[in-house]
Amino acid sequence: MQRARPELPSSDKRWKLINATMRRNGYAEHALIEALHGVQDAFGYLDEDAMTFVADSLDLPLSKVYGVATFYHLFMLKPKGRHTCVVCTGTACYIKGAGALIEGMQQRFDITPGETTTDKALSVMSARCVGACGLAPAVVIDGNVAGKLSTEQLISRIDARIAEETAE
Amino acid sequence: MNLDDLEDLAQAYKAQTEDVDAEVRVCMATACHSSGAPEVFAALTEGCEAEHGDSCKVKGVGCMGLCSVGPMVAVATPGADLRESTIYHSVSVDDAADVTASVNGPKVERLLCPSDQPFFARQRWIVRENSGIIDPDSFKGYVAVGGYAAMVKALTEMTPEEVIAEVTTSGLRGRGGGGYPTGLKWSTVAKTPAAQKYVICNADEGDPGAFMDRAILESDPHRVLEGMAIAAYAVGADKAYIYVRAEYPLAVERMKTAIRKAKRQGFLGHHICETQFNFDIEIRLGAGAFVCGEETALMASIEGGRGQPRPRPPYPAEFGLWGNPTLINNVETYANIAPIIGEGGDWYASIGTERSKGTKVFALAGNIVNGGLIEVDMGISLREIIEVIGGGIPGGKQFKAVQTGGPSGGCVPEQHLDIAVDYDSLKTLGTMMGSGGMIVMDETSNMVDVARYFMEFCMDESCGKCVPCRTGTQQMHALLDKISKSEGSHEDLALLEELCEVVQATSLCGLGQTAPNPVKSTLRYFREEYEQKLGEG
Repeated sequence: MQRARPELPSSDKRWKLINATMRRNGYAEHALIEALHGVQDAFGYLDEDAMTFVADSLDLPLSKVYGVATFYHLFMLKPKGRHTCVVCTGTACYIKGAGALIEGMQQRFDITPGETTTDKALSVMSARCVGACGLAPAVVIDGNVAGKLSTEQLISRIDARIAEETAE
Repeated sequence: MNLDDLEDLAQAYKAQTEDVDAEVRVCMATACHSSGAPEVFAALTEGCEAEHGDSCKVKGVGCMGLCSVGPMVAVATPGADLRESTIYHSVSVDDAADVTASVNGPKVERLLCPSDQPFFARQRWIVRENSGIIDPDSFKGYVAVGGYAAMVKALTEMTPEEVIAEVTTSGLRGRGGGGYPTGLKWSTVAKTPAAQKYVICNADEGDPGAFMDRAILESDPHRVLEGMAIAAYAVGADKAYIYVRAEYPLAVERMKTAIRKAKRQGFLGHHICETQFNFDIEIRLGAGAFVCGEETALMASIEGGRGQPRPRPPYPAEFGLWGNPTLINNVETYANIAPIIGEGGDWYASIGTERSKGTKVFALAGNIVNGGLIEVDMGISLREIIEVIGGGIPGGKQFKAVQTGGPSGGCVPEQHLDIAVDYDSLKTLGTMMGSGGMIVMDETSNMVDVARYFMEFCMDESCGKCVPCRTGTQQMHALLDKISKSEGSHEDLALLEELCEVVQATSLCGLGQTAPNPVKSTLRYFREEYEQKLGEG
């Protein structure tokens, strides 16, 4: 018997996209990670409403959804800042001074990887390896890979990004 | 469709560009892309159209290898390989006019990257033969250089048994690091009776410092699809997944484009090339868990759950995805299949060493002059890779060690650099081939810190299922931290060594079993650096 699908949490169109991802996978259990990717792409993070909606749609216990969401590093359970800076901490970047970049950011913005500034302007994250080892130390600023930056260059780039936004 | 029809198609595609006398190829893979290649591409396109018209084509291509001095641009006659091209490095938008003029004028000396230098001259391109030459987003471009001929040959002229026999003859071993004979794996899946079988491409390249698979996916995506289709035909599967890291957005985009175009042209999907063979490929995104590179964890992730491994046997070949027989190979393994079917297993087996055949793609990074990707024969010495191809250590510093095999591998010191690289020789040195990452370290790296770095990695990435790995990596990290801060004692070092043995012997999967390797290998070759730290404490 066809089980009733839950109502979309709100009229926000993004839910339709997420629902479409699950429908395309026949609402099967294996659509879970795909669905969570969809939520994160659309909303930037996974909150309880979203996880509950996915759990109900796929007929899974919320605990399973939460377990999967917390198992994978990529899924965020809290909203990110308006800008993000991912510092690659792969081996090549480690050798070439990724640690100094993280320390420099900590001094300038008072946050460590995984944290967001109180004004929600910036989130700093670390990645295991973004595969741009030729550019070590590599960072990903708002989705764009940048390489071979000194701590000063990195901070001034981020400052510029944040300043651009306030100027708008 | 038979081979003659495909050849006609390839000729037709070639004829579409017969007015082109020169190609300006711009590397559009991740490293060059983020160094400004798209802007350079746009400027060159505009310049060349105005100056040379239809006789010159500006083409976005895949990785040329020298990622540390991108964006790379090559000026070549159509069909020429990298060695036959004029290669420019660090090209900016401001250089576009000079590069445009160089198409039928003098070379731009200040940007010149000699194509006869050892970095290019000492390589042999099999997996990467199309990288940096064809447009990865172009189906026609792939067919024009002979793409899909191996698949059509397999489907129309060979039985599945003959395909497996050819792969077995080639001596190809798994390029993900395990080194399991590919032909043997294929025949196990083929022999296991089941209504449904799966093929999986492991593109969860998690080893830090390794980016070979990313470059293959970004540079020659159809090559991987072709290899997977041949594998599926050989083992009797009709459905496949490519499990690729979400950290590789460009690779994901190019694979999606390749799948869409191959389907539209009838090279994927139902009745491929008018044969009875059906084959469909879907992409699954990872979500940032290193352990998912382990095959049983990877399958758990495709099934939608936490990526936790399970004990083997049963192996995926017999009991894999949703309990069905499943063939899992790495990206580079699949990329080797088309030339093996095309040229024959004997040809492939003539390259390499006694027990490791063919070529291997390595990623050179760290303290090295020529950072990037190389493809060399198995059996080449580490010294040649680092000093000749890699150009040695920059800044007049002294070489200290090269780290291979990622967090599962170890460090090789100066005195062993002359060893011939293959699966077995590296094991005798206490490290492993791994997927192909090579990180070169100079005298400024402290090996205790390096060991601590890798242990921190394994500690964070432990999935938590089995106790030895979950707790052991934490304890080993705490000990390494203590020692590296010069607070450790001789008892701590003895305990660390004991823990290495326990974790290695009792962990459930490869992640835990190999987590002690960086510690063991640095202890083996650089014990004095540990002792020194103890002395201070």
